[in-house]
Amino acid sequence: MQSDTATLPAAASRTPLLAVEDLALRFGGSASNVVDGVSFDVAAGETLCIVGESGCGKSVTSLALMGLLPMPPAEIVRGRALFEGRDLLALSRREIGKLRGDRMAMIFQEPMTSLNPVYTVGDQIAEIVRRHRPVGRTEARARALEMLERVKVPAAKRRLDDYPHQMSGGMRQRVMIAMALANDPRLLIADEPTTALDVTIQAQILDLMRELQQETGTALILITHDLGVVAEIADKVAVMYAGRIVETGPVGAIFDDPQHPYTLGLISSVPSLGERGGRLATIPGMVPTVDRMPAGCRFAPRCPFADAACRTEVPPLAEVAAGHAAACRYAPLERHFGDAA
Amino acid sequence: MSSDTRDVILEARNLAKRFPVGMKLFGERQSVRAVDGVSLKVHRGETLAVVGESGCGKSTLARLLLRLIDPSEGEVFYGGRNIAALPRAEMRRLRKDLQFVFQDPFSSLNPRMSVGAIIEEPMRVHGLGNAAWRREEVARLLTRVGLRAEFADRYPHEFSGGQRQRIGIARALASGPKVLIGDEPVSALDVSIQAQVINLLEDLKQEYDLTLVLIAHDLAVIRHMSDRVAVMYLGEIVEEGATAALYAAPLHPYTRALMQAIPIPSPRARKAAVKLTGDVPSPLAPPSGCRFHTRCPLADLRCAVDRPALQDVEPGRRVACHHWQRVAKEGTAALAEPEASQAARRRLSLYRDRSERQQNSVPQSES
Ligand SMILES: Nc1ncnc2c1ncn2[C@@H]1O[C@H](COP(=O)(O)OP(=O)(O)O)[C@@H](O)[C@H]1O
Ligand SMILES: Nc1ncnc2c1ncn2[C@@H]1O[C@H](COP(=O)(O)OP(=O)(O)O)[C@@H](O)[C@H]1O
Ligand code: SF4
Ligand code: SF4
Ligand SMILES: [Mg+2]
Ligand SMILES: [Mg+2]
Repeated sequence: MQSDTATLPAAASRTPLLAVEDLALRFGGSASNVVDGVSFDVAAGETLCIVGESGCGKSVTSLALMGLLPMPPAEIVRGRALFEGRDLLALSRREIGKLRGDRMAMIFQEPMTSLNPVYTVGDQIAEIVRRHRPVGRTEARARALEMLERVKVPAAKRRLDDYPHQMSGGMRQRVMIAMALANDPRLLIADEPTTALDVTIQAQILDLMRELQQETGTALILITHDLGVVAEIADKVAVMYAGRIVETGPVGAIFDDPQHPYTLGLISSVPSLGERGGRLATIPGMVPTVDRMPAGCRFAPRCPFADAACRTEVPPLAEVAAGHAAACRYAPLERHFGDAA
Repeated sequence: MSSDTRDVILEARNLAKRFPVGMKLFGERQSVRAVDGVSLKVHRGETLAVVGESGCGKSTLARLLLRLIDPSEGEVFYGGRNIAALPRAEMRRLRKDLQFVFQDPFSSLNPRMSVGAIIEEPMRVHGLGNAAWRREEVARLLTRVGLRAEFADRYPHEFSGGQRQRIGIARALASGPKVLIGDEPVSALDVSIQAQVINLLEDLKQEYDLTLVLIAHDLAVIRHMSDRVAVMYLGEIVEEGATAALYAAPLHPYTRALMQAIPIPSPRARKAAVKLTGDVPSPLAPPSGCRFHTRCPLADLRCAVDRPALQDVEPGRRVACHHWQRVAKEGTAALAEPEASQAARRRLSLYRDRSERQQNSVPQSES
């Protein structure tokens, strides 16, 4: 999957806007890498979903790309992240600060942590515009209003002077989106943007993000632990487990031809509205922490197919079909385990 | 009716809770009508789910049902007695029977108490056994909820969200309750961990002969483990029915909207369907007429002025909507989940078979 030279697969696929190659990160003093050799890319207008349970390294990955991961304690072990021809991981704090909020932006799960409680939402949007654009107050405020209207905040003109705490969770997330998109970024990373919201509001926010993306052609990386959300919005999917990508492919392939046992576990544990069909299938146990990373396949302690070989050798991410790869030594499973045996 | 009342274990009659807030407005103190005239029966041995968006009054109702707070109006009957009017001391004794599992296991567990002390506390309060017996009981409960007995000496911060929720459940079981109310016990957990905790609750219910009331904001989560569902909107129950019937044919536009909002794990189901717009209005000044009319796709002039009563429409089925017959007729074809591909079905069943076999051979533990 990695290429040392700049031999991009010509013409066939869209040129990626962001290409992360073999990214490995660790926290000082810990025994293993918290992110361990992760590669993915995303093109303009495309939505990549990174999906995995809490603690799999999704946030650490996105914070590193945005230059927001404190180093130390974190350090980059290897890898690069090419964005518009530059390696994000090699930029100075100042350089990446100039990109952030401008060419690329991020949205977090809990808007209250990234909105300042003592400024009105209008001022906060205007301020991000003025930080990156040579515009005056009036123009910045007009842009703030335009953005609030675009994210469909009702009575936007009035809400411009609201403080964050005067808004509902869903409205605050809309404000976050307005702020993130204020300078027309080419890349947007949304880290669990709907996890803290009710399903009804989640549906509204996902619709909005889809619509805005179509309008702007922004590349979107959406991080979630919920495969239901992935099915709603993804073009491509990267399933992440314990710091590694264990399966990746177009959204259709992930749901119609799921290969990795972890992907199967995630699909099985989504509760559905269908008939009451006995117990929910689960993934037993939990994600290991960095100081207790198993050797070999990191999923082995929770995998119903694991054997001794799995516990010693790291399974490579290998293609099972064009653009669809899985990191399981026994993929496709039916070849090794027979049907419903 | 008489045969029905026999197995009612907990019953709310016209319950209301108003929280006074803020300034006096034109001489009158404003109040939040968090729960507004709820009548509800919980049958012995059943799992009743209460579902609605945030702010609809679910937590307030749950607290009223166990009298963790006092109602502004109405009664709560447990074992034939109105517990809303019981003296404090007597109520404290009844606590043994009525236990609560909180939404946020973080905030509900005292960070300075060891896990063992947290679980032991209800037994001490109710004077159950001696210290040695209680210690054994703590170990047994920990193992029963899928944790290791040694965890008794550790502190809550050392545990993940799912583990903390298991600790909260062990504590709730410690006094040997008859009714367990879970206020969104899995809402804050990852989907995969939700499934673990839901399965655990289902097992415990059988084993301890419990009656469960489960609060949730998501209809999918409780689909698999509830017998009946009550849907709440702005302090009122708007629909109630047996789980299978309600999911097969919701009669209230709000119930249908809640179902439509759930993301279906299949990209082929990607919906352009009608979505619920806006937020839940403020319970400080609830809309006139039908409280749902500001967001309802079926609302007409009558809905804005005329408040629909919660009426029996079939045995065990109640709905509060002027146009429920229309909802029934429209059906929910849009909700049908597309079938998974053959390859997906094959591998998923392979996965399930292997996991089940493994979980049966190894005693469920650790997580
Ligand atoms: N500053 C930090 N120092 C040490 N460990 C950390 C730090 N931040 C995150 N971690 C650990 O890194 C792992 C991955 O975390 P995270 O990226 O937040 O996961 P996710 O977003 O997938 O839930 C977790 O085990 C977490 O505890
Ligand atoms: N102690 C309180 N004081 C004032 N308002 C409250 C209090 N508790 C709850 N409320 C309000 O009552 C309404 C219902 O809240 P709650 O029962 O927590 O709903 P839910 O659990 O369905 O989210 C909300 O508008 C909430 O803000
Ligand atoms: S390599 Fe082995 S342990 Fe890892 S997912 Fe495949 S079967 Fe399971
Ligand atoms: S009464 Fe009218 S507004 Fe209320 S739910 Fe029924 S159709 Fe909608
Ligand atoms: Mg995260
Ligand atoms: Mg609540």
